[in-house]
Amino acid sequence: MARSKTLSPHVGRLSRSQVFAKRGLHKGQKKSEKLAVPETPLTREVSVGGEKNGSTRTVPTSKAPRYYPAEDVRKPKKSRKTIVPTKLRPSITPGTVLILLAGRFRGKRVVFLKQLESGLLLVTGPFRVNGVPLRRVNQAYVIATSTKIDFEGITIDEKINDAYFAKAPIKGRTSAEEEFFAEGKPKEKEPIPESKAADQKAVDKAIIAAIREEEYLAKYLKATFGLTKGQYPHQLKF
Amino acid sequence: MVGPNNLLYAVSIRSESTFKRFVEVGRVVLLRSGPHAGKTAVIAEIIDHNRAIIDGPATGIPRHAFPYRHLTLTPFRLPKLPRGAGSGTVLKQLTSEGIVEKWNKSTWATKRTAIEKRKSLNDFERFKTFVAKKSRRDVVRKSVKAAKKA
Repeated sequence: MARSKTLSPHVGRLSRSQVFAKRGLHKGQKKSEKLAVPETPLTREVSVGGEKNGSTRTVPTSKAPRYYPAEDVRKPKKSRKTIVPTKLRPSITPGTVLILLAGRFRGKRVVFLKQLESGLLLVTGPFRVNGVPLRRVNQAYVIATSTKIDFEGITIDEKINDAYFAKAPIKGRTSAEEEFFAEGKPKEKEPIPESKAADQKAVDKAIIAAIREEEYLAKYLKATFGLTKGQYPHQLKF
Repeated sequence: MVGPNNLLYAVSIRSESTFKRFVEVGRVVLLRSGPHAGKTAVIAEIIDHNRAIIDGPATGIPRHAFPYRHLTLTPFRLPKLPRGAGSGTVLKQLTSEGIVEKWNKSTWATKRTAIEKRKSLNDFERFKTFVAKKSRRDVVRKSVKAAKKA
């Protein structure tokens, strides 16, 4: 118990030395002996009435719980949540020109091709027009414009799916030390696989043809989006 | 202390007011807010210092009370409109004076429609106007330079 009653927070009635004197520590620290807890035996003898009961019986001192789980491995709780496929914004349809808002290609205007299984949007620059390759983007990071290119008769190869964009496993890690002492040489760029470049060309071919149909559309896609003074995105019509 | 000097002074400054547009019966006004914002109407009757009864039979505005705070006076008016004239009379006078055409032709109205049009452009159309303006600048610059040389 506190010997020094508090007058106000953090200020006691007694000084530090008064408290020391009261505690009497100069006499040496108090030693309290622990009380020896008598050991209780696991079972005890109980006398039982009745002639044929053998007069005594050994009974456990503490009763075992009546209930215990039949299986001692815990079952994980069943989750009732289901994966809901991402709902595509109604303003985004195949051929819609999108403005990318985040990432390496932010500000670029690209063409939407289709929605993938994961809910991400498959877009292309086209690469030859503005340098944006076949790419997946989240629809949250995109402004859908009302401009649409004619997507009639254009089909996207089924092989371009989420797995197509998976990273190849890294073969043979180079040590960090080796990398450090490479004398400031720029890292060698891994060439883009031929097959992917060919896929890009194949996809873009029909889209570029559709873009050519309308004047200024290619120029529009090549230009990046930006806001000028007095332009507020919530007031603009896209 | 009304002396002869003060009287003289008072007479000398009496001149035409610089105000040209007044809240009056027959004044054509532009509505600034509400469901009919951007349309013109005519003051048919003045209720008090806050509101007037406006009527716009030519522009599809029903006859109703409207606060002055949310309207702007235009230079146009119907000089012969009597106080509290009904929608029929207002329409007749509007057509005979040709107010709607006059308004639509005015710089004010044309600028308003131009601004509205710019606002309604989508991203691609904005880009196209940007390209068009750029090419116009180029033509102007080149011709100015050629004219300077000559």
